[in-house]
Amino acid sequence: MQKIYSRPLSLKDTSTHYCPGCGHGIAHRLVCEVIDELGIRERVIAIAPVGCAVIAYDYWDFDVSEAAHGRAMAVATGIKRMRPENIVFTYQGDGDLAAIGTAETIHTANRGENITVIFINNAVYGMTGGQMAPTTLLGQKTATTPGGRTPELYGYPLKISEMLAVLPGVKYIERVSLHSPPEVLKAKRAITQAFKNQMDGVGFSLVEIIAACPTYWGMSPQKAQQWIPEGMLKEFPLGRIK
Amino acid sequence: MTEKIIIAGEGGQGIMLLGKVLAEAAMLEGRFVTWLPSYGAEVRGGTAHCMVIVSDEQIGSPYIKQADSAIIMNNPSFERFKDRVQKKGLIIANSSLVPPPQESGRRFVFHPFTSLAIGAGNIKVANMVAIGCFIRITGLVKKESVLKVIQAHTPAGRQEVGEVNKRALAEGMALA
Amino acid sequence: MTGSKKKMLISGNEAIGAGAIRAGCVFYAGYPITPQNELTSYMAEHMPAAGRVFIQAESELAAINMVFGAAAAGARAMTSSSSPGVSLKQEGISYIAGAQLPAVIVNIMRGGPGLGNISPSQSDYFQATRSGGHGDYHSIVLAPASVPEAYTLMQRAFALSETYRGPVILLGDGMLGQMMEVVELDTGTKAPAVTKKPWALTGCKGRQPNIVRSIYLKEGALEKFNLLLQKKYHLIRQREQRYESFAVDDARVIIVAYGTMARIAKQAVMALRKKGKKAGLIRPITLWPFPASAFSVLGRPRQKFLVTEMSYGQMLEDVRLTLEGRAEVSFLGRAGGGIPSEEEITARAMRLLQ
Repeated sequence: MQKIYSRPLSLKDTSTHYCPGCGHGIAHRLVCEVIDELGIRERVIAIAPVGCAVIAYDYWDFDVSEAAHGRAMAVATGIKRMRPENIVFTYQGDGDLAAIGTAETIHTANRGENITVIFINNAVYGMTGGQMAPTTLLGQKTATTPGGRTPELYGYPLKISEMLAVLPGVKYIERVSLHSPPEVLKAKRAITQAFKNQMDGVGFSLVEIIAACPTYWGMSPQKAQQWIPEGMLKEFPLGRIK
Repeated sequence: MTEKIIIAGEGGQGIMLLGKVLAEAAMLEGRFVTWLPSYGAEVRGGTAHCMVIVSDEQIGSPYIKQADSAIIMNNPSFERFKDRVQKKGLIIANSSLVPPPQESGRRFVFHPFTSLAIGAGNIKVANMVAIGCFIRITGLVKKESVLKVIQAHTPAGRQEVGEVNKRALAEGMALA
Repeated sequence: MTGSKKKMLISGNEAIGAGAIRAGCVFYAGYPITPQNELTSYMAEHMPAAGRVFIQAESELAAINMVFGAAAAGARAMTSSSSPGVSLKQEGISYIAGAQLPAVIVNIMRGGPGLGNISPSQSDYFQATRSGGHGDYHSIVLAPASVPEAYTLMQRAFALSETYRGPVILLGDGMLGQMMEVVELDTGTKAPAVTKKPWALTGCKGRQPNIVRSIYLKEGALEKFNLLLQKKYHLIRQREQRYESFAVDDARVIIVAYGTMARIAKQAVMALRKKGKKAGLIRPITLWPFPASAFSVLGRPRQKFLVTEMSYGQMLEDVRLTLEGRAEVSFLGRAGGGIPSEEEITARAMRLLQ
């Protein structure tokens, strides 16, 4: 019998700590599949964020560095400048990339660092207990917006990908989602493109992945997947941004 | 022997360079030297000063509370630093920009360094005229040492810059 | 050609840059702040010219984390700043200590707190020697007192950071950074020693993946890691204390000062000796580990100590802790632009000798 589907080499043979229905597991796997398919596992250096994916190195079977909260792209800059022959990517959540690390994000993009950024947007802080993220939707209830996010007090959902798209140093940005098999396949294509760009020396490439956080959205895994097109994608439309 | 010198003027007069040339010349003669700039937000037009100490021994603080001598290139600097020179000290000042003082006591030497620099071909070399005057009076460093420093700082292919500086130095030495 | 020297009149900031380049530093990231800007400019000019990396970062936070990344990739890396900027770097320094990465951080101190001013100061002694960031860690802290010493200690800083895999801070004040002195630059072509870094992130070709981290979540794991750090710090305390002592053997008053203050204090000691007064000087070169060994035979009855700093008494605490009440310790300090003068030190010492 021919084996047509199996665990990527880059993904360790272990179960994850992520909640049922969480997007991280799929996103991890997609990244690892792409790395295997491009044959770059031995060249990859990843930077894990502070957030739920802080111990991503327990699941990824290649070199990984941690970074202080929000500083992943600064760390990536240091690594990539010293080792341009390696493939360097950051894996960051919305709080890490678009709140505490906004300055690092904008300036790394503006320098046009030749790195790949995997940006997980689930509109909430997971690791710390479901607080408001910069991408939290209006009306969304979180631990720090118990009555729902109101623009008067908390501003609007931050569209960091659209903001970055105006920078000449940025070469590729696409927003994808993981809520259905066809979308997962599209997400994989975008991740592949973002890594290929780095291999070809094209420059800064970012894939924003809309992912579910059933736990802090207060939904079942199934309901959370439905909520992505019904809620999230209304604010964060999918497709190529740059 | 230790000589503590305050050099002051306005931004753009080459005050820092004046001090560095003196200090480097002393270095070439094997002396201990320190050079300390004022490093505030002074830019072109503001007052600028530096402190140079030349000694036969290791130097403690590079900061000069009371100087043995001063080279003063403009009037605000004269007002600010004239009392920082010890009673028997020497003040060499640029009479093109500093009116001669009423008081006596310290040893004042006034010459129009700026006018002389214009005469030598470039207003910017007033600092070299002042160095010439200073080393002629004090004998702190030899003329040859200063010439070596000027040569070392002359950009390649811009020998005319070196020449005007050397002319200015000679003008200054002829003054005293 | 190896072993050739070139005498140059350069500033402390430039000497630090030259020392770093001589030591084989290949990565510099920094952000403008007075009074260390000449160092950033020096690196901007000389690093790319030598085929090395210079980045003007968007902030002090970014700069120290770029250094974290470069160090994690096995590079000899540094950043520099002045007091307020070094406050911002503390998070990164803590992570560097936690991840056991070698890196060098230069602090050319200015007056504080807050924005303070740009006058020379020694008010960041606590921050440097007491693990300025969070967590139970130490940085090795080196304090040059002259421009030539800044040049050589900068080279030592990189060696120490790699030997012990941790942050090393070179602590100077604005005067040291700005002043020029004659330095014999080593213009030889002998390459700096290379340290093997099997832990570095280089891609996992031919080996198991490497992880650079400071997080330990499993029960007991962080305590175990902290004990490992403590063992390292114990070793550093035993091996790396450095100081200069001058005329201490028969001294009845011993002045303790570091950096620029030690130059002034030494002049005071020489002035006192000329008057026949038995004065001496201890100049700590390593502020952490504090050179307790310099004091081991001292603290006899009737022997007095005078600590002088451009602060309101920071190293003073280490001197008191070291002497454990064996001798009287007095203090003379000024900050915010004031510098204790030779005359002030001499006068205070004379009073102590009465």
